[in-house]
Amino acid sequence: METKLELTAGNFSNAGYASSRIKQILKQLNIPPEIIKRVVVALYEAEVNVVAHSYGGYVGCSISSEGISIRVADEGPGIPDLELAMTEGYSTASQEVREMGFGAGMGLPNIRNNVDSLSINTRKDAPTEIDMFISFCQGQEDA
Amino acid sequence: MTLHEVLSTVDGTVICGESYLDRVVKLGFASDLMSDVLTLLDDNLLLITGLANIQSIRTAEMADINQILYVRNKLPTKDMITLANEQGITLMATPCSMFKASALLYQAGLQPVY
Repeated sequence: METKLELTAGNFSNAGYASSRIKQILKQLNIPPEIIKRVVVALYEAEVNVVAHSYGGYVGCSISSEGISIRVADEGPGIPDLELAMTEGYSTASQEVREMGFGAGMGLPNIRNNVDSLSINTRKDAPTEIDMFISFCQGQEDA
Repeated sequence: MTLHEVLSTVDGTVICGESYLDRVVKLGFASDLMSDVLTLLDDNLLLITGLANIQSIRTAEMADINQILYVRNKLPTKDMITLANEQGITLMATPCSMFKASALLYQAGLQPVY
C-alpha cells in the first residue's frame, strides 16, 4: 500500500495531519498500538521539521506485511551539519516553532529512537530526504 | 484517579469529552515541550500543560494520551476542540498554575512518569 501526502511550509495548524492519516491507516490494518506509536512519533517529528524548517515537502509511505517504509522529503534549504543536528538539545528553531512546543533539539533524536533504520540525505542549500523503516515484528527495535 | 477526581482536585472544568470523565489515569506528566511528551512510553496519562495550541492535541493523539489539563485557565480554540472530539480526547482547564496543579494531583495520588 502506497500513500503520499503533501506538507506545506509554515502551516503549523496542519502539522500532524499526515501523521494522523497514517495512524488511521495502521489502526485499520490492526498493527499493534506500541508499533503505531513509534511510527507516528517519528513521522510527526519529521513532519513538524518540514513545516518548521523547509520550503515544503511530502511524506511518502509504503506499507508491507514486514513493516512501513517512510520517506519525508523537502525542497531545502538542507541541514549544513547533520551530526550537530542529531545532537539532543541543538536547535536552530525560530521563536514561532518554540511557541508550538517544539524546537528544543529533540526532533531528530526522537526520530532515531523510534525507528529500526534511518537514513538522512542532506546538505546545505539542497533538499533533505529522510528514509525510515519500522518493522511490524515485535522486538525488532532491540535488534 | 478518575477524571472527575482530577477536576475536583484542581477546581477544574471540562471543556469537551464529558462522557469520558470516568476514565482512570494513574500517571501525570507536566510539560510545555511537546517533543518531551513524545518521548514517553506510557500511555493513558494525564498531560498537564500551558500550551493551548493545536499541537498539544496532535501530540496527545500521537502519544496515545486521552486527556489534557490546561493550566492557568488557558482555553482551547474551536479548532482544537473539534480535533479533540474527533480523537476522543478530554480537554479540561484549571485556574491553578502548572506547579500547583501538579502538586495537588500528586498529593491526591497521581503518580509521576519519572
